[in-house]
Amino acid sequence: MLAVEAELKSLMVAGLDGDAAAYRVLLTALGAVLRRYYMRRVGPDEAEDLVQEALIAVHAKRATYDRRQPFTPWLYAVARYKLVDHFRRARLRKAVALEDAGDLFAEDESEAALARRDLDLLLGSLPEPTRALIRQVKIEGLTMQEAAAKSGRSEIAVRVGIHRGLKSLSARLRGEAERGDP
Amino acid sequence: METRELIDDLARGLVPVPRHALAARMARGLLPALALSFLVLWAWLGFRPDTARAVHTVSYWLKFSYTLALALGGFWAAERLARPGARALPAFLALALVAAAMAAISAIELMMSAPQARMELVMGSSAAECPLRVVLISLPIFAGTFWSLSAMAPTRPVLAGAVAGFAAGALGAWVYAFRCDETAAPFVLVFFTLGIALVGALGALVARRVFRW
Repeated sequence: MLAVEAELKSLMVAGLDGDAAAYRVLLTALGAVLRRYYMRRVGPDEAEDLVQEALIAVHAKRATYDRRQPFTPWLYAVARYKLVDHFRRARLRKAVALEDAGDLFAEDESEAALARRDLDLLLGSLPEPTRALIRQVKIEGLTMQEAAAKSGRSEIAVRVGIHRGLKSLSARLRGEAERGDP
Repeated sequence: METRELIDDLARGLVPVPRHALAARMARGLLPALALSFLVLWAWLGFRPDTARAVHTVSYWLKFSYTLALALGGFWAAERLARPGARALPAFLALALVAAAMAAISAIELMMSAPQARMELVMGSSAAECPLRVVLISLPIFAGTFWSLSAMAPTRPVLAGAVAGFAAGALGAWVYAFRCDETAAPFVLVFFTLGIALVGALGALVARRVFRW
């Protein structure tokens, strides 16, 4: 355990200093650590989603790691926060899901129009910056760099934003299917 | 997306994080906000007219010391709470110590004065305005504080928000001390602290919205 702490910590510090190779090794190792952590607490599908969420959080919030402190308490605090957040959102989803489920499949239209409508509705469920990014990259066919330049964000922010957006869309679709797709 | 691809994405184009990235972010959020709070004070109420005389009194400096100590302890605690897994206990102890010291000074002041003068020491002449003024003057600092902390990662958002608000309120109260001409420690203890606590409550209220990550 101590060896693991020392190893992870030195990789993290190297990553903070900009060593991308060390950082990739770190994230891969963290993937395994986090998978073990979440597998014990939720189902396998959710666990993998949470692993990704937590990796994104580790990356986005890496500046909050204090190099003078041990690394694993920081990591587990992030992992636990993501787990609690996941449970909270699952509760919220259950509460609102039935109200808006009807809108999605209510009207009879031609296939294409229906698909477009569903797409709009689904995208509409995302926050604005994410919606615009997914529209630009996945529908209008811009590259990540172009979308980044257009939105004035860094490329990594665009990537992470799109990744998150798609994930919440697919979670939403799974939710719709479970409730009985007509 | 596969986890492996995500890792590739995250590691590609990795940018180094400067050692004092968070301190720099705090400074960027707080310094302009502090200047703005001074501007609000100056435009709205002005500085205390008797400053030249007051600098020779203990009470003048006590007000600054108390509020500044609370602000330092508060920002220290907020910074701890904004880092996952960090311990905030020492910062909370420091805050408790500051409050206890101020309470002791106030108690001594009350005990040493005549019974019929004590009410005056607590209520002063601006009890009704003081807390609200502290809140309003704190608002720019409040905004700056939350802007800074939103880049961090509070795992207990409501607590972090309350403490961040408290810290912002204490710094705002320090700014207001340039105007307030009350001279009694009990007044400062009760009404400055009340204003600061109100800003803390405001922080707890907005925390869930601001600290989402």
